[in-house]
Amino acid sequence: MAEPILELRDVKTHFPVYRGFFRRQAQDAVRAVDGVSLTLARGEVLGLVGESGCGKSTLARTILQLVPTTSGAVILNGRNLGAASARELLASRRDLQMIFQDPYASLNPRLNVFAALAEPLRVHRVCPPGEVPGRVAELMHLVGLAPRLARKYPHEFSGGQRQRIAIARALALQPKVIIADEPVSALDVSIQAQILNLLAQLSRQMHLSLIFIAHDLSVVKHISDRVAVMYLGKIVELGGAAEVIERPVHPYTRALVSAIPQPDPDAERTRQRIVLAGDPPSPIHPPAGCPFHPRCAYAEARCAAEVPRLEAFRGREVSCLRAGEI
Amino acid sequence: MPLLAVTDLRTHFHTRSGIYRAVDGVSFSVERGETLGIVGESGSGKSVTCYSVMGLVPQPPGRIASGSALFDGVDLLHCPPAAARAVRGKRLAMIFQDPMTSLNPFLRIGDQLIEPLLIHEKISKAQARRRGLEMLEAVGINDAARRAQSYPHEFSGGMRQRVMIAMALITRPELLIADEPTTALDVTVQAQILELIRRLQRELNMAVIFITHDLAVVSGICDRVQVMYAGRIVETADVRTLFARPRHPYTRALQRSIPAIQPKGSELYTIPGLPPDVSKAVPGCPFAPRCEFAVPACEQKEIVLAEIAPGHAQACLRVQAGEI
Repeated sequence: MAEPILELRDVKTHFPVYRGFFRRQAQDAVRAVDGVSLTLARGEVLGLVGESGCGKSTLARTILQLVPTTSGAVILNGRNLGAASARELLASRRDLQMIFQDPYASLNPRLNVFAALAEPLRVHRVCPPGEVPGRVAELMHLVGLAPRLARKYPHEFSGGQRQRIAIARALALQPKVIIADEPVSALDVSIQAQILNLLAQLSRQMHLSLIFIAHDLSVVKHISDRVAVMYLGKIVELGGAAEVIERPVHPYTRALVSAIPQPDPDAERTRQRIVLAGDPPSPIHPPAGCPFHPRCAYAEARCAAEVPRLEAFRGREVSCLRAGEI
Repeated sequence: MPLLAVTDLRTHFHTRSGIYRAVDGVSFSVERGETLGIVGESGSGKSVTCYSVMGLVPQPPGRIASGSALFDGVDLLHCPPAAARAVRGKRLAMIFQDPMTSLNPFLRIGDQLIEPLLIHEKISKAQARRRGLEMLEAVGINDAARRAQSYPHEFSGGMRQRVMIAMALITRPELLIADEPTTALDVTVQAQILELIRRLQRELNMAVIFITHDLAVVSGICDRVQVMYAGRIVETADVRTLFARPRHPYTRALQRSIPAIQPKGSELYTIPGLPPDVSKAVPGCPFAPRCEFAVPACEQKEIVLAEIAPGHAQACLRVQAGEI
């Protein structure tokens, strides 16, 4: 594999829980991200999936240093972002951009498209002021927006178009890595397909690395080269997108895959579903041993005692003590 | 006689920027025990259709311009309010997409759960509470007696949706309208809720109208599906036919744009353009501007839903003429 552009080494992000009215003592911590190691190659699309509360968005925010890491290192292009000075961090942010789920909330309603796209160019002094209008027009063209729309405001656009503006804004600084946090979940099927095509095409053309966070596995499978499945702050399975989603090994991935409804009435009525009981446990007091064992159909006594590690298994990495037996 | 028969329903919203024809001539029926899926993108009128039947359209700005909705012989749109109230909430219930905003945050779960019973049935509070606890157990909430004392914010999204379902079903309705009940939930929780709706439907022999934008969800739960576009039904068929042999160009395009059925890494099929602005009267077929098969006649001739095989109707003029 090529030199990784982004590397995470045992990253942990814990949020302290304060108890008491005046005492303000941190007694516990929400272990939102609890020991994640990953590498992302140049031009690679990595899908990140898991239920709400599994820590996938916190992981994204940790990579961007929007929340501080508790321990571990986020290394972008050879630079440890956790130890970087404010000035170095600002420089690194040019290489690292984010697209959010809700394009209604992530664009400033008082900036028109031109102002929204020109802002990052000015802040980072990407080009001389005279070239800004040309660059904005270029960006709009890149994401399929007619440049005549430049003076319009976000409320005048549909959800899909707004997401295009958000993508153009992320691309303005020619980043090396884009983190897209559920970029298509708020969109209709036909619009979703347009945005997915755009992201796939941009990542190919510009040799962009993409971390694509979603809960819709069929979308993730379509766009990603590799997939990481998260549960309770940890990666439980990591491997090639098609292998992991078509032949999942970890019991949690199996349950997740079997929960996706298929657009085929006959298959839908006959297939075996694994319906997980209950909700994921609290990340404040994660279960001992394997975090998934209380909901796992294959759990045995040692799963409650021993913490599984992410280990190579059948061409992927799986963190399950019984991976070889089930 | 069908349980619910909606005929030529038109719901318009009169606003400063024009008349929005959210629902524009929709007719359909639901039989007892049947599950009907209504599929469409945002703004297609699928929710407004059901809100109209439930009497939830704010008037003004909304106006039911025409149509009738016969529920077991009672026209819900034109009968006296008291007669409609006797049906709505008792024989006809609805659950919504976002269980957080549709539960009252100030009431304990147990208290809001039994509200429909106290209103619609001659029942003592103690009896109602007992039925409430039974219902909570039926929807899979363990330790119901203790959980009934909780407030909505103490529940997770999936649990809140279970409470909503318990509340809707406590009067044993004959028809349940489910408006995107699983859209806000995780796939694993979605699977639980779909399973629950299926089981309770069998037990109560209840009809369900299932509104969703997700064709995959429809395929597992519905008997019959109708596809809506710009306030009109463009195709209706039993679920197998609709997936195996969709005829209307919009249904076909919608199906082709699902990532799950397209080869990995390939360019996804997309429908060009945007849904039409329903504030302007659209002559002819509303899908024509985005349709790859459109001919000039499509933008002039009024579309009608016509049967092309028993139980399979669609509104494309060119399909009806046998041209595509």
